[in-house]
Amino acid sequence: MRVFWAVLARDLRLSVRHGADTLAALLFFVATASLFPLAIGPGPETLGRIAPGIIWVCALLAALLPLDRLFGADLEDGSLDLLMLSGLGASGIVGAKALSHWLVTGVPLLLVAAPVAVMLRMPEGGIPALLIGLLIGSLLLSLFGGMGAAIVLGARRGGVLLPLLILPLVTPVLIFGAAAADAAAGGFSARPHLLLLGAMLAAALPLCPLAGGAALRGAVE
Amino acid sequence: MDVLKADGVAVFRGERLVFRDLSLAVPAGGALVLAGPNGSGKSTLLRLLAGLVRPAAGMVLWDGEDAFADIAGHGRRVCYVGHQDAVKPGLTVTENLRFAAVVSGRSVRTALAAVGLEALADLPARMLSAGQKRRLALSRLVLSAAPLWLLDEPTLGLDTAAIERFGGLLAEHRAAGGMVVAATHVPLPLADVAGLRLG
Repeated sequence: MRVFWAVLARDLRLSVRHGADTLAALLFFVATASLFPLAIGPGPETLGRIAPGIIWVCALLAALLPLDRLFGADLEDGSLDLLMLSGLGASGIVGAKALSHWLVTGVPLLLVAAPVAVMLRMPEGGIPALLIGLLIGSLLLSLFGGMGAAIVLGARRGGVLLPLLILPLVTPVLIFGAAAADAAAGGFSARPHLLLLGAMLAAALPLCPLAGGAALRGAVE
Repeated sequence: MDVLKADGVAVFRGERLVFRDLSLAVPAGGALVLAGPNGSGKSTLLRLLAGLVRPAAGMVLWDGEDAFADIAGHGRRVCYVGHQDAVKPGLTVTENLRFAAVVSGRSVRTALAAVGLEALADLPARMLSAGQKRRLALSRLVLSAAPLWLLDEPTLGLDTAAIERFGGLLAEHRAAGGMVVAATHVPLPLADVAGLRLG
């Protein structure tokens, strides 16, 4: 467990040092979300109606951005070998990397999601459900993303392959996440959608690091 | 008593057979130097002994038992210095070693002093020369508590003084019962070594 926190601390320190890369996902999220009012028009009727969908799609795409470098940088400079020999096990490394991705990308997205929702004139009743959905959803994105990044590691054009691999897997997350916010905004209960998201998280929490770990073993070989 | 043994191992890289029927034994305090032309599988053998590459046939034994039965645990028994330095240019010299220090619980300052980098401890690693980066990579050996050192061209880019100092580290490690397996084209500062020729 000590090694797990050491991997996490090391990744967080690297993210702080490369602050521009870290901020890129957040800026991408805010920039793309603010394009919609310009393209669709600022009318609160339409914009408020589709705001949950906009926020979810933008968050999903923004979370994909840093995945390419999640293991790539460590594979290139040989650090990945040292991580593999740290005694933590490949699954633990994928878990620690997914957690660092969530802390560096997921948490900042969560923080700016509410202001962006207000900017898009989303009905106030839906915002808590949107944030709870995003909280669970961003964890899922990091877990699936960490697994996907491990799988495409070492492949040529891995950066192109990665979204093709991950987007189908996270489609259910997007559907239920956006549905939860939609339901709450329309005055219905968001609970069933959030429970389904929670169930997905319960399944992904052990399975994604396991699958990613197996992929990582293959990649360093 | 041979601690590390390989018994009739064979390794494939993709479709290509790198070596087969390869056996070796290293006793406690022993050293083995791998020689052979480029592409003969020296690095692959080192990665095999580290547990990063799996053998297609044969077994690697540790104290007579399958070394890879607990693959994560085997990682703690080896310290691998590959031909890449695994140095992050954005971190300082000390920060580059912090992860290894947490894993082993040893002091970064001692490790840096052992390779003569203590004066550069707070410098960003991107300012280091190639030889200094190599010394930083080698300082992980001092930092680790692992009994088996796996070295891939360890003296590449080092000056004579640094090589001499490195020879002292190797002797110290072996005197404490540690083992060294090294792949190299140049003579290493090692006394009383066994050799293995590949290819």
